[in-house]
Amino acid sequence: MDAVIELDGLEVRFGTRVILDRLTASLTGRSIGLLGPNGAGKSTLLNTLLGFHRPSAGTVRVLGRDVRTAAREIRGLIGYMPENDAFIASMSGVRFVRMMAELAGLPKAQAMERAHEAFFYVGLGEVRYRTLGTYSLGMKQAAKLAQAIAHGPKLLLLDEPTNGLDPPARTRMIQLIQDIRARGDLQLVVSSHLLRDVEECCDQALILKEGRLAACCNLEEERKANRRFLELETRGGANGDFLAALERMGCQTAAGAQGRIKLVLPEDLEVRQLYEIAGREKVQIRRLSHKRDSLEDIFLKAMEAPGGRL
Amino acid sequence: MAVYKKTYRPYQGDLTPRWRRLLVIPRYAFEDLHRSRFLNVFYLASFIYPLVAALIVYAVHNASVLKLFNAEGAERLISINLVFFQSLLGWQSMLALFLASFVGPGQISPDLANNALSLYLARPFSRAEYVASKMAVLLILLSLMTWVPGLLLFALEANLEGGSWMFDHWRIAAGLFLGSWAWILLLALLALALSAWVKWKPVAGGLMFGVFFVAAAFGAVINNIQDTNWGHLLNVSFLVGSLWQHLFEGGQPTTNGAVFFRVPSGEQLPLPACAAVLALLALACLYMLARKIRGADVVR
Repeated sequence: MDAVIELDGLEVRFGTRVILDRLTASLTGRSIGLLGPNGAGKSTLLNTLLGFHRPSAGTVRVLGRDVRTAAREIRGLIGYMPENDAFIASMSGVRFVRMMAELAGLPKAQAMERAHEAFFYVGLGEVRYRTLGTYSLGMKQAAKLAQAIAHGPKLLLLDEPTNGLDPPARTRMIQLIQDIRARGDLQLVVSSHLLRDVEECCDQALILKEGRLAACCNLEEERKANRRFLELETRGGANGDFLAALERMGCQTAAGAQGRIKLVLPEDLEVRQLYEIAGREKVQIRRLSHKRDSLEDIFLKAMEAPGGRL
Repeated sequence: MAVYKKTYRPYQGDLTPRWRRLLVIPRYAFEDLHRSRFLNVFYLASFIYPLVAALIVYAVHNASVLKLFNAEGAERLISINLVFFQSLLGWQSMLALFLASFVGPGQISPDLANNALSLYLARPFSRAEYVASKMAVLLILLSLMTWVPGLLLFALEANLEGGSWMFDHWRIAAGLFLGSWAWILLLALLALALSAWVKWKPVAGGLMFGVFFVAAAFGAVINNIQDTNWGHLLNVSFLVGSLWQHLFEGGQPTTNGAVFFRVPSGEQLPLPACAAVLALLALACLYMLARKIRGADVVR
C-alpha cells in the first residue's frame, strides 16, 4: 500500500528549540492517529504537513508529494480541521463553508451545493443560516468539520476533533469520523491526546513524546491479535483437565488464581469450541473477555520508555 | 444530490483556475460592504465632484448650455487645466482616505479574531495571494474614486478639445494615473497592516487618520522649532503631494500642488527623500503584514 505520509528524519525547529526531532515513519493506514501528551508536537506535525512550518532537516511526503516543493498541490488535496476555534463570527455557517470551498477551487454553484450537503451531513442543516458567532462549541466543531470536507479532499487532517465536546457531541463527532473512514473515499489523520478517540477512529497510531517518535503501531493488527487473546473466569470441574484439553487443541494457556485463565487461541480454533471443551470437562465459563486497552498499554510503555522510544 | 441525503461524497468535478480564486475574497467582501447603507451613500456621494466636474467640462465647450442659463462668457472664468485636474485628484484622494479608514480595518481583523486565517491558508492559497485578494477589495473601490473618474474626465476634455490637447497635456493623464496608484497603494497597505494588528475596528480607523494628521502636526512642530522643512518628512500628504507635483509638472513646478496635498513653493524637499520615506512606510506595512499573516503561530 502506498504511504499516505512518509517522514524521513523530519526535524522542525522554532529558533533554537527543536519541536520535531528526526521523525522517521511510513504511515499507510486509512485512518492514522497522532497520539501524544500536550506539547508532544502533534499540531506542529500537522502544520508541517500543510506547509505552515518549513522542515529544518529531513523530508516529509504527503500522498507521494514533497512538502518542500509541492505544498500548494498538497493543500489542494487536504481538508483541515484545526484544534482551536476557526471561523468568521459575522458570517453564516453555510456562506463561510461555501467561501472556503470556492477558495479550494470549486466553482460557485458546486461550492454552494456542497456547503449545504456538508452542513446536513455534520448535523447542522437546520442552523446553517445562523451566524457562526452564535454557534455553541459543539456546533463550531461540526462546522469546522463541514468546511474541511466540503471540497472533497483526499486526506483529512483532524486536530483534536473532540476538544471541549460534551459526551453526546463527542459520540456524534466520533460517529461522523468513523462514517467518513468507512466510506473509504479519503484518508484520515486524527491528532488527539485522548486514547479513546484514536482507538475508536484509527487503524494506525503514531505516538509522539517531546517531539520524538515514541512508537508507531498498527492498531488493526493489534486488534486482530487481541481477538485471539482471551481471559476466562471458570468455575467447577478440574481446571487442570480443562487446561490440558485446551493445550491439546493448540492454545497457549496460563492459569491464574480463582479459576482465571489467560489463553491465546490458534487461528483455526473458534470461541464456540471453547464452550464445547468446557462442557466436556464439566467446567463453567462464567466470563469471557477479549484483551482490551492494547493502545493504552503501548502508550504507557512508550511514555515510560527511556529515551522515549519503544 | 439532494441535500437531505446526509452523506459524504468526494468531489470529482472541475476546479477553477488559480486566478479566479483570487476574486473569491473580493466578491464576498463586496457583498458584505454592499449591506452597509452608510458606505453605499458615502460611496455614491464621492462621485458628486467628478460628475460636477464633467458637467463643467461639457458646459465650457458648449456655448448653448451656458446660454440656456444666461451665463454666456462663463467659460472664460473656468479653465480646464492642470489645477482643475489636480483639485479633482486632491478631493477624491481625501475621500479615498476616509473610505479606506472605514473599509480597511474590517478586512483582515475578522479573519484573525477567531483564527480563520489558518483555514484560508490550508487551501491552495498562499499568504501573498491572501494579501493581494484583500488589497484588491480596497484597490478596486479606491480606483473607482480616483484615477478612473480622473482619466474619464481627461478623455472627455480631450474629446471636446481635440487630439492635440491630449498630446500637449499627457503629463496630466500620467499624473492622474500614477499619482492615484501611489496614493491608493499606500492607503491599502496601511489599512491592511493596521487591520492585521489592531482588532478593534474604530481604533484601526482612528490610527489611519493618526498616521496622516497627527504625524503631520508633529512634523509642523519640528519645522517651527528647528526652522527647517525636513519635518515635512513626517507629513504623508506632503510627501505624496511632492510626488504628484513631480508627476504633473516635472522638475519646475508652477503650482502649490493639489488641494489637501499642498507643497508650498520654497518648502519643497528633494524628491528622492520623499520617495524613500514613502517606500519605507510601504515596506513597514508589508513587514507588519508578513508578521501577522501566517497559517500557524510560532511560539519561539
